[in-house]
Amino acid sequence: MGEFSKESCPSVKNILLLDSEGKRVAVKYFSDDWPNNSSKLTFEKSIFTKTLKTNARSEAEITLFDGYIVVYKFVHDLHFFVTAGDDENELIIANVLQGFADSVGLLLRGDVEKRTALENLDLILLCIDEIIDGGIILETDANTIAGKVATNAADGSVPFSEQTISQALATAREHFARSLLK
Amino acid sequence: MPRSLAGDLTDPEMAQPYMKKDDDESEIEYSPFFGIEKGAVLQEARAFHDPQLDARRCSQVITKLLYLINQGETFTKVEATEVFFAVTKLFQSNDAGLRRMVYLIIKELSPSSDEVFIVTSSLMKDMNSKTDMYRANAIRVLCRIIDGNLLTQIERYLKQAIVDKNPVVSSAALVSGIHLLQANPEIVKRWSNEVQEAVQSRAALVQFHGLALLHQTRQNDRLAVSKLVSSLTRGSVRSPLAQCLLIRYTSQVIRESSTNTQNGDRPFFDYLESCLRHKAEMVILEAARKITEMDVTSRELAPAITVLQLFLSSSKPVLRFAAVRTLNKVAITRPLAVTNCNVDLETLMSDQNRSIATLAITTLLKTGNESSVDRLMKQITSFMSDIADEFKIVVVEAIRSLCLKFPLKYRSMMIFLSNSLREEGGFEYKKAIVDAIVTLISAIPDAKEIGLLHLCEFIEDCEFTYLSSQILHFLGNEGPRTSDPSRYIRYIYNRVILENSTVRASAVSTLAKFGALVEGLKPRIFVLLRRCLFDTDDEVRDRATLYLQTLNGEVAVGNTEKDVNEFLFGSFDVPLANLEASLRTYEPSEEPFDISLVSREAKSQPLQDKKAPGKKPPAGVPPPAPVSAVDAYQKMLSSIAEFSGFGRLFKSSEPVELTEAETEYAVNVVKHIYESHVVLQYNCTNTIPEQLLQDVTVYVDATDAEEFSEVCLKSLKTLAYDSPGQIFVAFEKPGRVPATCKFSNVLKFTVKEVDTSSGEVDDDGVEDEYQIEDLEIVSADYMLRVAVSNFRNAWENMDPESERVDEYGLGVRESLAEAVSAVTSILGMQPCEGTEVVPSNARSHVCLLSGVFIGDVKVLVRLSFGLSGPKEVAMKLAVRSDDPEVSDKIHEIVASG
Repeated sequence: MGEFSKESCPSVKNILLLDSEGKRVAVKYFSDDWPNNSSKLTFEKSIFTKTLKTNARSEAEITLFDGYIVVYKFVHDLHFFVTAGDDENELIIANVLQGFADSVGLLLRGDVEKRTALENLDLILLCIDEIIDGGIILETDANTIAGKVATNAADGSVPFSEQTISQALATAREHFARSLLK
Repeated sequence: MPRSLAGDLTDPEMAQPYMKKDDDESEIEYSPFFGIEKGAVLQEARAFHDPQLDARRCSQVITKLLYLINQGETFTKVEATEVFFAVTKLFQSNDAGLRRMVYLIIKELSPSSDEVFIVTSSLMKDMNSKTDMYRANAIRVLCRIIDGNLLTQIERYLKQAIVDKNPVVSSAALVSGIHLLQANPEIVKRWSNEVQEAVQSRAALVQFHGLALLHQTRQNDRLAVSKLVSSLTRGSVRSPLAQCLLIRYTSQVIRESSTNTQNGDRPFFDYLESCLRHKAEMVILEAARKITEMDVTSRELAPAITVLQLFLSSSKPVLRFAAVRTLNKVAITRPLAVTNCNVDLETLMSDQNRSIATLAITTLLKTGNESSVDRLMKQITSFMSDIADEFKIVVVEAIRSLCLKFPLKYRSMMIFLSNSLREEGGFEYKKAIVDAIVTLISAIPDAKEIGLLHLCEFIEDCEFTYLSSQILHFLGNEGPRTSDPSRYIRYIYNRVILENSTVRASAVSTLAKFGALVEGLKPRIFVLLRRCLFDTDDEVRDRATLYLQTLNGEVAVGNTEKDVNEFLFGSFDVPLANLEASLRTYEPSEEPFDISLVSREAKSQPLQDKKAPGKKPPAGVPPPAPVSAVDAYQKMLSSIAEFSGFGRLFKSSEPVELTEAETEYAVNVVKHIYESHVVLQYNCTNTIPEQLLQDVTVYVDATDAEEFSEVCLKSLKTLAYDSPGQIFVAFEKPGRVPATCKFSNVLKFTVKEVDTSSGEVDDDGVEDEYQIEDLEIVSADYMLRVAVSNFRNAWENMDPESERVDEYGLGVRESLAEAVSAVTSILGMQPCEGTEVVPSNARSHVCLLSGVFIGDVKVLVRLSFGLSGPKEVAMKLAVRSDDPEVSDKIHEIVASG
């Protein structure tokens, strides 16, 4: 896990997706600040409790916690968090959160709730993988992220929002078949 | 419809009872991973070995594995290796979805270097695939797991990938480059042509990643960064993220160049200012923040403050937070610049987001002027009830500094603090309030009595033993010096009646302090103390007994009442570690343990005294190594008859080498300082096997040292190869005077040849002498480094009459820090409270020193340093000590140093 000096590159410490009881749906840490699972769980529990009573539904909320800035947003029974160092530009981190929450919304076709998220856990994990690589922001545009995850094709010529998932998968297979035939 | 894996993920073997039998029952927690077990999933992973791969099923198994990892489950080394090997089989399948999952799990398993080779060829194939998604992901996976060796093999492909026409592939290669840079900088630096091209890319994120990598490869080359900035600020950067990076680099260049050019001309400042008008908010924020962090004029600062002020009324909490946080920082150094925002900040005090509200309040507390304090306090009082403790602490701390700024307003703030004390709150919060009140009492004399009464009321109903004890201790120090000390007695004695034993013991000590310091109260205090003699707790009884006996004069401590008070309540200036070490070596005997013999010297290194107890070096033979404990020296020296009349050893220096390393004879010297004597202990080692030295002495030339006269010399009879011996030379010097001088030394001896094979010594010897280096006795030798725990208290407890202040110009110095350490080492005193550390870029600094001067005179020094001109250092030196003459001497030392 590489960490970067603040002068260089905006970096994300972790991305968390928790349920309405603070349990993990999917989490990814990019920093050695939390060396083991129990320190991670402690962090998740405290940030969940701290933010539980706030209203982060229409707009993303933010808090300073334990020397980190945490930007978060709730959709139905899912709680989205993105954590960064306390000298980070808050709006960049908010942008990452927006990309994360919106792309999950696209991938789950608006059915953003714990059960659907778990049923499509592979998509969620791929989604996180497309947003951050080792702490560095890869992409924050929700359509692009969702497109990369669902079509499995980086050159998705039709914007994701304009096709259904099954269409998208079909296009991907087609692309793939074509490339095999060549 | 969302794709549902539920049916597939829940295999028969992990069947679960609630599955869609009845819609009503879906209320019960449902999870496709219900009842999942590591063992079972590892079994399922065998499907990866099937000759006919079921891609869909394999994807699901990988998802389950990832689920387990995500929940914190760990695999043993064997399990991980097994899964990894199984996963590698899946490269046979051409199913794109499965391949994605394979990439993901390889990254999670992070295979060890001896396993990596199995997948490298598959990944390298994918890296050159026609499918963009394969290329991009294979690069990211491969770069995550390979080492430098393999990297050189694929370097060519990575360079190609950086300039790939697909932005996703290009970004993947660039981001991987940033990661690889840490372990393999020399390889990544070779890609600079390609990276340069990427920076010019039309794709927003490629530009961002390219810029980040380019800067990282050049960050140690100022000129290159400056060139980079000057070429890019002309406007080819489109992506907001890249723009933010460029702002960071620009402000870095400005910061570094401003130290060179004195004319205040900032080459790229216009660019930063233009970013304040950018359309992306993150760029505006980044620019505004960087400008506020710079050393700019008020006119340059104003536009940045204006955009931040606009953000304060944004509908987005993140934006309001970012703005108020930045303004809060500005308010610390330039409160005036922020006053324009006060109206907006006051609105934010009722913000839903408590972080924002707290930041708004603390900003207001910094920018507020004297007239607005009362109104502000009123608003805060209503706000305090509905925020969490951690925010309250921030507010209390802000109020404390505000009160120090406007001491005339102490009344309303004291009331606020005491009201807060009465409300519900945890320990940390209450402690913050008590600390604040204590600070105010110490800083504002008028606030003392009212503050003490608030504290007294608080301990009447305080659930925290620690705080009660602290307050009682503080009362004991401050209470006796108020106009009417008797009013506090009731509160203190109530503690003796009502509290637990720890608090009772503290209360007894406090009572005793009142008794000792206020003559009029003494008889009444004695009555109260006598009642404590029947307490159920032995510590309470012991303390009461001790105080009664000593204050009454029944047990003699010293000669005067002052001695008694010093004994009971004086600061304990013996470092506990030293006391412990001395007690360990003390052997029960007729002679009582004498605490005054314990070294007062604070040792920076841990005590080396780790020898088994009871294994003491035999008397007369000094310890083999210069043990840090002075009592070892004391013991050794007092066993030498000639020195036994010198009294108590004041200080022993660290050994000073008088010869270069690797010479024929190695000599170092330890300076032992007594009140009116100095003993030089020369430790000599003969490093020539063929020689035996006899009648070894040191001839010390003291012609330059008028104040010193040699009284005794103990030479060495023989000095054999590699067995060190000691020579002692004692001098008499004027008492209590820090006499300094320089000695030149010559080692004199008779050399005899030794036959190394037989060990026989030749009878004929030759007289010879050996020049060793000069030795200096400096002022610092007369000073013990003794720390005080609370410098401020110690300072105030010293007689102001003993204070001597003067100013010195130290001329051009390398830096403030260098000047601080130079003066500290001339005086040989102990820096207190971490004040020896000078913050970088500081223009002024205060350093606090303490020590004990020869004659056991306590000395405290406040050094105020300031920079005038570029490197010119001026210093103000204030000394207080137990003896005004010593204060003068300290000035003489500095003036002559």
